[in-house]
Amino acid sequence: MNRWLAGFLCSLLAVLGSGVRPAVAQMLMNGAGATFPYPIYSKWFDEYAKVDPSARFNYQSIGSGGGIRQITARTVDFGASDGPMTDDQLGRAPGNLLHIPTVLGAVVATYNLPGNPKLRFTPDILADIFLGRITKWNDAKIAAVNPGVSLPDQAILVVHRSDGSGTTYIWVDYLSKVSKEWDQKVGRGTSVNWPVGLGGKGNEGVAGQIKNTPGALGYVELAYAIKNNLPAASVRNAAGKFVEPSIETTTAAAAGSAMNMPADFRVSLTNPPGDHAYPIASFTWLLVYKDQPDETKGKLLVKFLWWMIHDGQKYTSDLLYAPLPLQVVKQIEARLGEITYQGKPLLAAR
Amino acid sequence: MTTAAASRSLPSAVVSARTRRGWGDRLFRGLTRGAALSLILLVVAMIIGMAGAAMPSFRAFGWRFLYTSTWDPVAETFGALPFVYGTLVSSLLALVIAVPLGLGAAIFLAELAPVWIRPPITFLVELVAAVPSVVFGLWGIFVLAPWIRNWVQPALGASLGFLPLFQGPPYGVGMLAAGIILAIMIVPFITAVSREVLLAVPNTQREAALGLGATRWETTRIAVLRYGKSGLIGAVLLGLGRALGETMAVTMVIGNRPEVAISLFAPGYTMASVIANEFTEATSDLYLGALIEIGLLLFAVTVIVNALARLLVWSVGGAVKQVRE
Amino acid sequence: MSALTAGSALAVVLPLILLFGFLLHQGASAVNVDFFTRLPKPVGEAGGGMANAIVGSLILIALAAALGLPLGILGGVYLTESRDPRLPWLIRFVADVLNGVPSIVIGIFAYTVIVLPMRRFSALAGGVALAVIMLPIVLRTTEEMMRLVPASLREAALALGLPEWKVILRVVLPTARAGIITGVMVAIARVAGETAPLLFTAFGNRFWHQRLDQPIAALPLQIFAYAIAPFDDWHRQAWAGALVLIALVFLVSLAARIATRGRYSAVR
Repeated sequence: MNRWLAGFLCSLLAVLGSGVRPAVAQMLMNGAGATFPYPIYSKWFDEYAKVDPSARFNYQSIGSGGGIRQITARTVDFGASDGPMTDDQLGRAPGNLLHIPTVLGAVVATYNLPGNPKLRFTPDILADIFLGRITKWNDAKIAAVNPGVSLPDQAILVVHRSDGSGTTYIWVDYLSKVSKEWDQKVGRGTSVNWPVGLGGKGNEGVAGQIKNTPGALGYVELAYAIKNNLPAASVRNAAGKFVEPSIETTTAAAAGSAMNMPADFRVSLTNPPGDHAYPIASFTWLLVYKDQPDETKGKLLVKFLWWMIHDGQKYTSDLLYAPLPLQVVKQIEARLGEITYQGKPLLAAR
Repeated sequence: MTTAAASRSLPSAVVSARTRRGWGDRLFRGLTRGAALSLILLVVAMIIGMAGAAMPSFRAFGWRFLYTSTWDPVAETFGALPFVYGTLVSSLLALVIAVPLGLGAAIFLAELAPVWIRPPITFLVELVAAVPSVVFGLWGIFVLAPWIRNWVQPALGASLGFLPLFQGPPYGVGMLAAGIILAIMIVPFITAVSREVLLAVPNTQREAALGLGATRWETTRIAVLRYGKSGLIGAVLLGLGRALGETMAVTMVIGNRPEVAISLFAPGYTMASVIANEFTEATSDLYLGALIEIGLLLFAVTVIVNALARLLVWSVGGAVKQVRE
Repeated sequence: MSALTAGSALAVVLPLILLFGFLLHQGASAVNVDFFTRLPKPVGEAGGGMANAIVGSLILIALAAALGLPLGILGGVYLTESRDPRLPWLIRFVADVLNGVPSIVIGIFAYTVIVLPMRRFSALAGGVALAVIMLPIVLRTTEEMMRLVPASLREAALALGLPEWKVILRVVLPTARAGIITGVMVAIARVAGETAPLLFTAFGNRFWHQRLDQPIAALPLQIFAYAIAPFDDWHRQAWAGALVLIALVFLVSLAARIATRGRYSAVR
């Protein structure tokens, strides 16, 4: 009896191990990178499979740095990152890597206070809180921009990210721009030496920590604040207006920079010009090689990217991502035309 | 050392008969030795690989790495002291909680519990080992940390607050939460293996002790525990190993603050956590080297802790070793 | 004294019950037929499941066991039977140290040694990483369990004229079988839930794998990806995934115990 059972199990595993052969020949494309856009990417790949059943995109979120490393090592077909690659990193890639913006995300200041008031912050206040200079909720500076709100006499518990992340990069990039002290003392990076505060793992960890700790303040991607019923503070932007973070104000942040967009799209969108722009927003990018090593895969990839910047954008708002502004879409179209296989552009005339 | 040990009492004819049928034995022995050596080969390969990648960090910081506390990825200054401290303290705390409970539970399941209750509890305990640490971590944030913040920390602070160990604001997350969640995670290993060890102790030992007039508890203590001591230490070391290397669950509840603090209420950081948190994003060679050097440090800490544990066993229980009559 | 030990048992079991209760409460609603038969779907669409992750986990465990069990058990035998004065001590020590290495470091090692040369993520790399994690656990528990087999059994077999290797295979190992199985189960339970080493090796796959040298889905990876997303629907699936994972290990453990229940079970 035991032998039969063992034999049966072995053959079952052998059958399962050999894999499932699909009816139509399908090309598996692997991608890795940022965790922030995982929900929208999985939606896109699913929808695109209906448009073109011959391609299957397998995307795994191992972090922006992981995405950069894997595409550099060519273990995946495309990478994804919340922060632009540095010149150093680009230099190390065995080919010309392009940054293709996909959607926009906003990083918001969220907090846990009794009564759940709607708060407003200026750039100085945010920098001072994260530098450890403002330590109490009822500090005069905070009260000054929030008239009518009763702030408790309680210590602010700062929560930041413990893991290296694009979200952190966006946040400290903003703080570095608006506070010279932050720029000198701490600087920019996906991980930094935080002067104060606890580290939570992932957006979910930070949101969870804030939700469970009265008096806590931290930064998360907009979607996490909304989904966890946490408030998102309004921040004063470069034009002097207090802007509430939302999908529209995030897209406005990119529209403001469209005019000065560098050709490789490696741009920081924090603290942009524009009345309605939310100041702490950023692109997230897909990283692809300009010279594709494989013709079939290259064609599939380029077709997908074209679909993504046009039809794909309509799926973004439902999942709380901000779509690309039209000006930027036009610029990306030109860029896609430059992707080649052995010199031949892969994007057929459309 | 000859083959005399196990065959002292056998007549020489039998001994030579055995060695004549040598090839099966030689093959088997070679096979087992190869398997055991492959382990050493593996670890050596790992250490060499890691040392190579950590070179930039060795060259940049030297011994300073071990006693400085600054961890600044932007300025590329790295010091590992807070992480070593955090790993040691959280693991120690976990052991202090888990070993008595785990051994106690193992004794209960092996010796004292009514027969009907043993299988379900045993299975329950073993299944915990299968829970992914990320699930533990999330349970830690949403259930354990609030409980600690609302009940445990105020109670400890009120009763034992004069000790620097229990001072500071109640965040919920912190060293205490990390120690408790580690304890919960390693207790199944300790209990399961200890239980097996206790069950494998021959009944003759128990009967002998009872025959001499020992009570139930004395029997357990003298005959069973002492006989299985090496196995029990093995079980504890297994649990300790898990505690030292546990990553996901700890990083979600420890607060991730690279600072050395006396209080158990304060946030901390462990070596495994910092590697997990920052490895994928570490882009420069120096940053990566520093993280891998922390990995090597963890290796070293594990070696030292294991060596100390073995010394302890050897000095305490040298006489009553294996009963290989 | 009995009260103390009973109390310990209770203290050990209580958090487990709370944890399982939490998982059941959060995820039971998501465990349905779809969960076991369908592939993952994007958020907001009903009917997604983790079928590929369940199968993937089984395959990874099988690969890890195929690599790690023989090495571990043979190594454990060596440690017990060898009369060499120093080597066993060293190996025991090294095994304990390896047991303390964070699984992410082992994953990085497997990445460097297998994924980079092959230039692709694969189920094989995942299996190797998990096997390295299993190895010390199986090795040490095999050794400890075999050590507890009374020498009188060994002597009796030897006296009957059996060669040493037969004594081990036919007498000692079967007697220690139940304990070794426990060690194996503990090792399998440990690797079944590991996420970090799989991130850089098996990588994860939204679809059914087609070959063993391609990325493969795994329950812990899928649970992790869902648990850190902001959507409640995915959270429920993550908890459901955790429940299924635990049930999986339970079934494997049960099957192993039934299949190896036999004539040589030790004092129980």
